[in-house]
Amino acid sequence: MTAVALRRRRMLRRLHGGDALQTAALIVLAVIVLVAALAPWIAPHDPNGLDLSAALGGASGDHPLGTDESGRDVLSRMIYGARTGLLGPLVVVAVSTVLGAVVGVTAAWCGGWVDALLSRAMDLVFALPGLLLAIVLVAVFGPGLTAPIAAMSIAYVPYVGRLVRNVAVQEATRPYIQSYRVQGWSGWTICLRHLAPNIAPLVLAQSAMNFGYSLMDLAALSFLGFGVQPPDSDWGAMINNGASALLQGAVLPALAPGAAIVVAVVAFGIVGEGVADRVAKREA
Amino acid sequence: MTEQPVLAVEGLRKTFGDHAAVDGVSFTVPPGGSLAIVGESGSGKTTTARMLVGLERPSAGRVLVCGTDRTSPPRGRRSRLARARDVQMVFQDPYLSLDPRVTVAGAVEEPLRLHFDLDQAARHARRDELLDRVGLGEREAAALPRRLSGGQRQRVALARALAVEPKVLVLDEATSALDVSIQAQIVELLRELRATLGVAFVFVSHDLSLVRHVADDVLVLRRGRAVESGRAAAVLAAPEHPYTRLLLDSVPRRGWDPARIAADRRALA
Amino acid sequence: MRESALLEIEGLTVRLASGAARPVLDGVSLRVAEGETVGLVGESGSGKSVTGRSVLGLMPDGAEVTGSVRVAGRDVLALPPARLREVRRREVAMVFQDPRASINPVRRIGDFVTEGLRAGGTPMRAALKAAEELLESVGIEQPRRALRRFPHEFSGGMLQRVMIAGALAGGPRLLLADEPTTALDVTTQAEVISILTRLQAERGTGMLFVTHDLDLAAAVCDRIYVMYAGRIVEEQTTDGLFAHPRHPYTAGLLAATPRLESDEPPRGVPGRPVSLAEDPEGCAFAARCRFAAPGCAAERPPLRPVDGVSVACLRAEELVHD
Repeated sequence: MTAVALRRRRMLRRLHGGDALQTAALIVLAVIVLVAALAPWIAPHDPNGLDLSAALGGASGDHPLGTDESGRDVLSRMIYGARTGLLGPLVVVAVSTVLGAVVGVTAAWCGGWVDALLSRAMDLVFALPGLLLAIVLVAVFGPGLTAPIAAMSIAYVPYVGRLVRNVAVQEATRPYIQSYRVQGWSGWTICLRHLAPNIAPLVLAQSAMNFGYSLMDLAALSFLGFGVQPPDSDWGAMINNGASALLQGAVLPALAPGAAIVVAVVAFGIVGEGVADRVAKREA
Repeated sequence: MTEQPVLAVEGLRKTFGDHAAVDGVSFTVPPGGSLAIVGESGSGKTTTARMLVGLERPSAGRVLVCGTDRTSPPRGRRSRLARARDVQMVFQDPYLSLDPRVTVAGAVEEPLRLHFDLDQAARHARRDELLDRVGLGEREAAALPRRLSGGQRQRVALARALAVEPKVLVLDEATSALDVSIQAQIVELLRELRATLGVAFVFVSHDLSLVRHVADDVLVLRRGRAVESGRAAAVLAAPEHPYTRLLLDSVPRRGWDPARIAADRRALA
Repeated sequence: MRESALLEIEGLTVRLASGAARPVLDGVSLRVAEGETVGLVGESGSGKSVTGRSVLGLMPDGAEVTGSVRVAGRDVLALPPARLREVRRREVAMVFQDPRASINPVRRIGDFVTEGLRAGGTPMRAALKAAEELLESVGIEQPRRALRRFPHEFSGGMLQRVMIAGALAGGPRLLLADEPTTALDVTTQAEVISILTRLQAERGTGMLFVTHDLDLAAAVCDRIYVMYAGRIVEEQTTDGLFAHPRHPYTAGLLAATPRLESDEPPRGVPGRPVSLAEDPEGCAFAARCRFAAPGCAAERPPLRPVDGVSVACLRAEELVHD
């Protein structure tokens, strides 16, 4: 953690009263999750219902966020888009966290050549842009959500793995871990029961931030046309569709999903930082 | 007929790169005995302690407990557990030596579960007995380490180490992070435990005035080598090696002359 | 016939913002005369370090402070920042516990030692000359070359000498030493203490020596204050304190200190120190005290003169410890 980042964080807290900002971010996330879960009940229109006569209609009582170039209700598409928008990152974060934790703890605990091998492997994945990997996988397995999610899951492993390794190396030198070794426990048991749970909060903080980043990456893939395929709605794909509407003066079809992405990513970032802060405070 | 020592160390050596942290250290501890390994930072005392419990692998030399060699790393669960029942350790920093997520009762039960085949009632009884022995009650047993003071945590670490019923207990500066009034409590407790349990102690310490009150024998280390050893009372009363004398003179007290000590120190270097 | 003291703390009370039950400092008063060496002894949580830092005007964040801390007659708690900086530069200097954490690792030794001088307007050349002499006086070999070195090239003991040189550079009248040798080995401790006391005597600098080690304080100081749970419980000359401690806590501390020259094993003080979350009525030490009478837990004993020493104990007259 750099001094500048710390100071900035402290300033932010002073500006917003810290906990208020956290609470707000949590509420935003809760709303997004609820909306995604209840999509069929709260969406005012069929997200895929075409109505070419109402194409590119601005905001109105019937369509609060207007309609896109095919006359589909933007609000309803956004509500359904939250489902794919959350599901993808959820899988990415779950897979990358588990894999990263396993790789990181193994590298830290074994040390020596195991550590060298795993660390260099993670560097290799790091060097490979996640988006590029996703595009390659899409080319091999065809478009759809599966290939981008698999690619992102792998691309995010080193973010978690490197952090876990560094934290675990330090944690393993702590006397409480060493005393378990002296007591005669196996490395497996110590890592699983004592080391992993104690570094978990820090890892979860990183994963919460990864959630936001992977949401953005997956949206970018959809925007590029590699992710969610039409007619399914997705925030990234909606921006892509909305781009042409922009030229015709309709701002909402592109702006609304864009804003949703920004809000979700920022909210996950704040929650992640909040968890990290709390961990730091507990350590101190 | 001499008694077989409970702990025997022969020609112990540990190198890190070109640097020999411990260089040819030998000593023995009789059953129920108590040895203090004394030195300053860089003397190799902590590395020696870590080799005794198997946290560090010696570059050369042997560590024997009751005549059984335990120098190379254990193979398999049986030998790992047998090693653990030979030697246990209490670490210096009470704030880092307990898992923050495990209650005091849990910390003492863990080794019992690993080493002994007890049913739950028997295990709880043994746990309470151990905690009682180190002066902790029910209230502390239910608490997480962060609710406890440094002295109380060190008591937990002691109870946890004794739960394994080791033949030798290594105390690595186990009281030096504590306040004087609390340190003396722990010293009293250690004297009492030694008298009642018959476990042999190896104290690793920098504090000579403390050594006098806890150890029968003393081994003075300097830069990885033993410079003097013998009965604690004799060595402290009439040190033979100038370094031992310097260490003794360095202990602050009234009428202390730090300038002379500084001159002696330079003469010795 | 008390002349005005170099350092005079009066009724200093510091309460943390974060709802601790008792104040960190509770009516602390102490004085250090010109050229005098005074010990401030206490265990962790006693408030000794907070007291030491208050002299530099350093207070815990958001703390509520009452009382006064006068250095050469000026109350540092009331000074505007510019004047406070001047006091820190000219009057008071501090030697911290951990030299490695207190000296900027990426700047050269010369920068550290001359910092205060240059801020005070001394030209670079003269400041470097002075720094060289200072380093020589704290026993650093080849001081001119040392000026160009970095902190990581020095051992802990050498670095603590550098810190002492830096502290003395501005020619302060008062030196605050906060556990200056706790991080060092015993033989190094002796060396650093000998340098510190020699220079202090040569220059006539007053010193407040903050430590947990009663014997070290005894070796260095003329007079000792003993703190417990944010209050001063006893003040005496060093000889008096060791011969006849008047407060049961002081007596307990002395009995708990292991001694080379005695066969008597150290005796612990039962119980544990008062945490910030507890605020016992009456004497804070009563719960651990062998001599506690029913009145002790009810009434808070003030620090008062008894037979020429100051003690905060209700039973000070009847009890004599040895």
